[in-house]
Amino acid sequence: MKTSALLIRTPEGIVFAQSLAGPVTRFFAWVIDLMLIIAFLFGLNQLMSWVRLINPDIAASVSTAGFFVMNIGYGMFLEWMWRGQTIGKRVMRLRVVDADGLRLQFDQIVTRNLLRFLDMLPLMYVVGGVSCWLSRKCQRLGDIAANTIVIRIPQIAEPDLEHLLEGKFNSLRKYPHLAARLRQRVSPVEASTALQAVMRRDRFEPIARIELFRQLAAHFQAKVDFPPEATEGLTDEQCIRNVIDVIYSARS
Amino acid sequence: MIIDLQRFIDKSRPAWMELESILKRVETDNRPMSVKEMERFHELYELTAADLAKLTTFSSEPETRNYLESLVARAYGEIHETRDKQRRIFPLKWLFQTLPQTFRRQIGAFYLSLAITLAGCVFGGFATYFDPDSRHVTMPFGLDSLRPSDRVKQEETRTVDLLAGNKSSFSAALMTNNIRVSITTLAFGATWGIGTILLLFYNGIILGAIAIDYIADGQAKFLLGWLMPHGVIEIPAILVAGQAGFVLALAFIGWGDRAVLKARLRQVSRDVVTLSIGFALMLIWAGFVESFLSQYHEPIIPYSAKIAFGTVELILLILFFARSGAGSKKS
Repeated sequence: MKTSALLIRTPEGIVFAQSLAGPVTRFFAWVIDLMLIIAFLFGLNQLMSWVRLINPDIAASVSTAGFFVMNIGYGMFLEWMWRGQTIGKRVMRLRVVDADGLRLQFDQIVTRNLLRFLDMLPLMYVVGGVSCWLSRKCQRLGDIAANTIVIRIPQIAEPDLEHLLEGKFNSLRKYPHLAARLRQRVSPVEASTALQAVMRRDRFEPIARIELFRQLAAHFQAKVDFPPEATEGLTDEQCIRNVIDVIYSARS
Repeated sequence: MIIDLQRFIDKSRPAWMELESILKRVETDNRPMSVKEMERFHELYELTAADLAKLTTFSSEPETRNYLESLVARAYGEIHETRDKQRRIFPLKWLFQTLPQTFRRQIGAFYLSLAITLAGCVFGGFATYFDPDSRHVTMPFGLDSLRPSDRVKQEETRTVDLLAGNKSSFSAALMTNNIRVSITTLAFGATWGIGTILLLFYNGIILGAIAIDYIADGQAKFLLGWLMPHGVIEIPAILVAGQAGFVLALAFIGWGDRAVLKARLRQVSRDVVTLSIGFALMLIWAGFVESFLSQYHEPIIPYSAKIAFGTVELILLILFFARSGAGSKKS
């Protein structure tokens, strides 16, 4: 079965997920790399046009060898230097990693890049694309042979909850026993939904945002019956901010 | 139950930061860690893994989870890796020990590669001998357009050096083309070896056809003088590419091996890469020799000198693959 994430269970019993990159994202990364290779070769050609004035033979041989080395060595060199990334992969936030979550080895990088010659056939990575499409872990033949996968790298900035959870007066905290009941009744998924709604508030259309917070406020108010003065004058969004503060921050 | 996320982050952040800084160092610095550093690294990994487990169980805050997953994934890769970390490269040790030892370890695949090429040679030779018209199909580079004796006459009476001022570019073209063909031969190993067999057989047909064509026309000496200087390296290089392809193919097929596919591939991947670098180096040498020596014939260079040069190369190559690194520890 095809999967969008690779789950790895460590011997300690911890499970972590790696999001697999799809063929389209990988194709775009390849296009960026291809553009860069073409740009480099164009530059090399320009340089060689000067060398040609002195020694046309050397200029022609450098051009031929440069094209070949760049074609085959670009991926190998950058993936080795940048631990599984080329410039295209960096832009698209992709990385080549070992399929078992282990350290990526040099021979894996070389193998996957050598097998490009097969994946590229008959043109534009048709073999590789089909293999990627059929493979459960979205691997082209080079990845299968090298036991590698290409993953999407998440934005791994630490969450900034401070601006959400502190500062303002929280009317719900005036009723500690009800706040404790709310914490008890809310599931992690519900809490996360509320938190995400607040963190992503600026991405919603104004009308959609009002409707979303109205529904969320109604949902959480139904969980615990707070006295009317606790929610009086609060907008639905502020109500949800207070709920999150109660759930995620246990200060009294 | 939902954890107090802010307090949880505040409490655990120093350990996560420390783990991240160690990971950065481990990933960029090749210096091995001391036992103390390793213990601390392992302790931080376990702490962070436990935090991830806690967060996954008690909270669904995805940003922190993603962050921790990425940290745990990186640390897991470093801690559970049992293969040697390729810290430094020793080119001479690799050349005189690793490469020949790898070649000998995978000698069965080389013999298979040789047998298929020889079968192709026999087929090409028979085809040319019994059906001379087939040379138009079996011979590349326009070699079919001239009878061997005519070509020899042409080469031996030529007063102009056709390669003058083009030797470097010609050798670069030869090297890149041959390396490309060899890599394709290797890569076709992933088709369970079918593609590798076809390419080797086709290569054998060309060789056999040319050889019989020249021998039948009484030009064996020219043939040896022309082909030996570069051919004794180039042909084995293509056989080594086939060998690497078959090593890969056998891992894909898994004949008589109960290990899973990825374990089989992991087992052979270093050998495949070693053989690949080996055939690339051989083809670079062959490209130089072909451009600077093989294309010059009598009276410029006597055939006997070229044949002697090729013979010396062949003996050295056989000695290299058969004996080099034989007494030293397996690498």
